[in-house]
Amino acid sequence: MIAILKYNAGNIASVQNALTRLGFESVVTDDVDILRNAEKVIFPGVGEASSAMKYLKERNLDEVIRSLKQPVLGICLGQQLMCAFSEEGNVNCLGIFKTIVKKFPPQDLVPQMGWNSLTKLSGPLFQGVNESDDVYFVHSYYAELCEYTVATCNYIVPFSAALQKDNFYATQFHPEKSGSVGEKILMNFLKL
Amino acid sequence: MPSLCALSLWDKGHKEDTKTHKDTQRKIVMLKKRIIPCLDIQNGRTVKGVNFVDIRDAGDPVELAKKYAAEGADELVFLDITATEEKRKTLSELVKKVATEINIPFTVGGGINSLEDAEMVIKSGADKVSLNSSAVKNPQLISEIAKQYGSQCVVVAIDTKLVENEWRVFVSGGKTPTDLLAIDWAKKVVELGAGEILLTSMNNDGTKAGFAIEITKQISEAVSIPVIASGGAGSKEHFKDVFQKTKASGGLAASIFHYNEIPIQELKNYLKTQNIPIR
Repeated sequence: MIAILKYNAGNIASVQNALTRLGFESVVTDDVDILRNAEKVIFPGVGEASSAMKYLKERNLDEVIRSLKQPVLGICLGQQLMCAFSEEGNVNCLGIFKTIVKKFPPQDLVPQMGWNSLTKLSGPLFQGVNESDDVYFVHSYYAELCEYTVATCNYIVPFSAALQKDNFYATQFHPEKSGSVGEKILMNFLKL
Repeated sequence: MPSLCALSLWDKGHKEDTKTHKDTQRKIVMLKKRIIPCLDIQNGRTVKGVNFVDIRDAGDPVELAKKYAAEGADELVFLDITATEEKRKTLSELVKKVATEINIPFTVGGGINSLEDAEMVIKSGADKVSLNSSAVKNPQLISEIAKQYGSQCVVVAIDTKLVENEWRVFVSGGKTPTDLLAIDWAKKVVELGAGEILLTSMNNDGTKAGFAIEITKQISEAVSIPVIASGGAGSKEHFKDVFQKTKASGGLAASIFHYNEIPIQELKNYLKTQNIPIR
């Protein structure tokens, strides 16, 4: 069973729909036992970082996420919350990836909205995905490049399109909205 | 696959094909311009003729949406023009079905008059809602939805027409003029929290003579959010023009895609040969 973390940042239905299309059953939950025993955990999210962190902390879900041993996939805000710190509301986050989340400088339209290319791919998430394949992004904040970066994207600045450390995986883009390339990436995670 | 109607242009088409292959080799690594088919919906079915032979039910929006997604559409817009009281129920069912089956982002518009309407559409699985007349009547609605779901969820559709040398905003499906100038309204909706503008030139809509370059350029250069150009697309060159001459982030069209006059993949291949960043 795949557990999708339920918290105060939306976009959960589209992740669940994508899993159903790929033939995987999932449950949307904030139940600690179900999360701990799930085969995989997905940590999605669209929303604001400091209010999401506050919500997770109040329910001790921050500790739960950090202690998970199975493969975990953060998506969009989920990725940002797995970093050390976010400029959005100046909040300390989960600290799984030792990198910080910054706001795009206003040299171009912010948020970045649309399809952009992935480069410098590595790791199991991108098996069978080609350099410069496009995926769908919607975001105003980005994780800086760091030793855990497994995919890079360029928009105003180069940033971490995906991160990985041990059992923790994360994407800034929305694989559930990224057509067949996104499905490939989700499948790679689901098959881990 | 080359379409049959391109036979008379065989030489030209052949050369373009060769170029396309080279261009796919060196993909442009940056944010892409979006190609967006628009589906008009009435009572849960697509209206305006569709003449695809290779889909089971051309009136079924989900079938058509799947076909477009498979062909490379970057996003979809569903515009509900149902006027009956059953509207909300059929729309919610349709949005749920689309959300289950489609793996690209989609926007739903048409008669979203309140936060509750927006909530229904978003909770059913739409990525964005598009407001038009309701935003002019009640500009705070833009802020309310943006506050609840984020600016990225809120598209403001602006229908504009050149009247006595001024691009005026029209509402109620283009029937009613307002005192607003399109450029002023565009700037205002950004302040209110809109995440995207869908700009339709009524002078160009249905003409197949090309997008309204001047107003699209003016607005796309004046605002800090993406502008989607709509109205007038009749050829591949029209998309090239709007992307080269304005800062539009996307181009929207309906009939040319429905009637397969311009297959999406063919359009995208052509734009790549013109060095326009395309997925």
